[in-house]
Amino acid sequence: MDLNPTPSEKRFREELREWMQANIPDEWRGAEADGFESSQERFEFLRAWQKKMYEAGWVGIHWPKEYGGRGATLFEQTIFIEEMARARAPQLLNVLGLSLLGPTLIEFGTEFQKKRFLQKILSADEIWCQGYSEPNAGSDLASLRTEAVLDGDHFVVNGQKTWTSYGHHADWCFGVVRTDPDAAKHKGLTYMLIDMRSPGVSVRPLKQMTGDSEFNEVFFQNVNVPVEHVVGKVNGGWQMAIATLMFERGTLGASLQIAFRRQIERLIEISKTTKRNGKLASDDPIIRQKLAQMYAEIEIFRLNQMRTVTRMAKTGVPGAEGSIQKIFWSEMNQRMQQIAMELLGPYGQLTRECEYSVDHGQWAHGYLRSRGNTIEAGTSEIQRNIIGHFVLGLPKSY
Amino acid sequence: MEFDLSETQQLFKRSARELFSQECPPNLVREMIEGGQPYSEKLWNKLAEQGWTGLIFSEEDGGQGLGMVEMAVAFEEMGYSLVPGAFLWTVTVAGSLIARTGNADQRKKYLHAIIEGRAKAAVAVLEESGDWSPDSISLSAAESGEGLKLQGRKLFVNDAGIADFIIVSAITGNGPIIAVVERNAPGLNIRPMPSLDGTRGLFEVTFEDTVVPAGNILARGREARQALEHALDVGTLALCAEMVGGMQWIMDASVEYAKTRKQFGKPIGQFQAVQHHCADMLLQTESTRSAVYYAAWVMESEPGQAPLAVSIAKAYASDSFRDVGNRGIQVHGGLGFTWDENVHFYYKRAKAAELMFGDAAFHRERIASLLID
Repeated sequence: MDLNPTPSEKRFREELREWMQANIPDEWRGAEADGFESSQERFEFLRAWQKKMYEAGWVGIHWPKEYGGRGATLFEQTIFIEEMARARAPQLLNVLGLSLLGPTLIEFGTEFQKKRFLQKILSADEIWCQGYSEPNAGSDLASLRTEAVLDGDHFVVNGQKTWTSYGHHADWCFGVVRTDPDAAKHKGLTYMLIDMRSPGVSVRPLKQMTGDSEFNEVFFQNVNVPVEHVVGKVNGGWQMAIATLMFERGTLGASLQIAFRRQIERLIEISKTTKRNGKLASDDPIIRQKLAQMYAEIEIFRLNQMRTVTRMAKTGVPGAEGSIQKIFWSEMNQRMQQIAMELLGPYGQLTRECEYSVDHGQWAHGYLRSRGNTIEAGTSEIQRNIIGHFVLGLPKSY
Repeated sequence: MEFDLSETQQLFKRSARELFSQECPPNLVREMIEGGQPYSEKLWNKLAEQGWTGLIFSEEDGGQGLGMVEMAVAFEEMGYSLVPGAFLWTVTVAGSLIARTGNADQRKKYLHAIIEGRAKAAVAVLEESGDWSPDSISLSAAESGEGLKLQGRKLFVNDAGIADFIIVSAITGNGPIIAVVERNAPGLNIRPMPSLDGTRGLFEVTFEDTVVPAGNILARGREARQALEHALDVGTLALCAEMVGGMQWIMDASVEYAKTRKQFGKPIGQFQAVQHHCADMLLQTESTRSAVYYAAWVMESEPGQAPLAVSIAKAYASDSFRDVGNRGIQVHGGLGFTWDENVHFYYKRAKAAELMFGDAAFHRERIASLLID
């Protein structure tokens, strides 16, 4: 057990930190807080930013060198995500292509697919979205109904996807559709790459309780998809979908950890200037207890993350720690946002439009946004089922 | 960076599991609890023979010179087997105090006796206030030519009834002081304090004009306070590791029971309400383990950060062990409430461990004072 970075991990961090310092655009600082004029403007900014990072060799670092990556270790990936968060750098726009589709194509794609798609994922010339969830297929993903019928050299796709991040900006969609309606539900699915500019594709933003639209509904009406855009085997899509999801686990925690740490430090700061029952909140024993508990949990989240990454680096398998961490951070964040509300009192409810709002209304927004955390990317209930069955070996409950 | 036990440490863990399951099997633990005697000479001698009593002490003192991570691993496995007795306080608290403050004579007389398995030791900290803060110590001591005269009472002293000597913390006109009181010291009176965890013994220790030779004084003032704080942190860390082992046992037993116990024609582990209790047990056990291994590493590699890391571990472990115990009993159903099933022994250990070295609220306040003030 040695939690110190190796000399090469240290060098990697320093090199990256220097690059970030020199290259994060000045206009980002103000824009981060105050927003862009339009979501289109934000999108174009982020696309240009990814391109800049790509040109400097900082995109897709976990991809093998032969496909334009750096073959970075899991620890270097963790460092990368931490440093991005620490520098408050803009996010990489094509995150679904980089973290999910790219590794899937590298592992399972045809030569044609690798050549056609991989490099444009890195350069952000083509932005990807993910077509998994449907109105009637959420936790029970395999019950999805969007169908694809073979017609000569292409499939004809009809149906609807939902909760599609980046759907309104995406050029391409990787998704799972039903190709054999008569087979058992896991066995009739196919994983394919769909051109979002094809005739018959329409996108409608989904407005959330926060008022934002991070997600979309995507409709397919007689959309043609060439057979060479099938990844893996026809009717072998479930295995592909699972493989893709496995790539997702593991490193997400690294950026969350930095964001949570920043928030608890801010709350501690706020407690030193906020009055409660006639004295400073930082002197109030109840607030002190709650802030300390939160700090402890955030620290333990970080430590769990380090253990997960170590395990993955050793075995190559993400394992079920991903489910533990998903439950851990989502429920923790909801508690933290509630503590922020208690600390801020009546100010907590003020949104960014209000001149009295604290931190540009981030706490009102965070309180509402965190409500989705225990639902998105696998509900807490599904995560506990996964732990129960796949880790503890209890009989499947559904 | 690597956050996992090394191969040697894993090997050590496996052999510890084997040793304790052999030398301290559930029927022996039950016998000790039911007999009202959480101490077994046979078990103590066996552990001493194999060098366990010298685990964390330097080779110059005759110890094994192992680190804090190895200590945590050892205690985790003792916790898994619910090893009763004086090991925790003798080795981690009393031992650390003498190792840090003792002069050559004191090391020879007391520390080496612990390491060689010839002596068990208690440390008297708590008083009537029940407050774990070193600032709350008020037992009065007066230094004179003949030595140190003690007058007053200590409570909740682990293992005092069987200890060969007791390290006592007191206050003189010049501040805190710690000294070794031998079992046969005049005016020393020890009475048991019956409590719910039958694997540990708590005692009231009264000093009536008890005079301790000057040569038994370990430290005074700042040094005494710092040594005490450090020793309590080492003890807290060891206890937290023990708690992880206890949580692991409860989870293992509950999952096993949920797989075999049938109701409505199905194993109860097939019901999500039961399954989710088990999932939460895993989350809490693994998260506590992360906090404990980290605190152990910090204590070894960045001692300045140890108080924060140890308090994070204890705050989290205190709440989690109790909660895992609750869930474990719930999964076991009616059986879990019976005396004949073992899970209640762990449930009681969880409560006693929560209260030892300060509960979650105590450590959260310590975290707050380190972060906010």
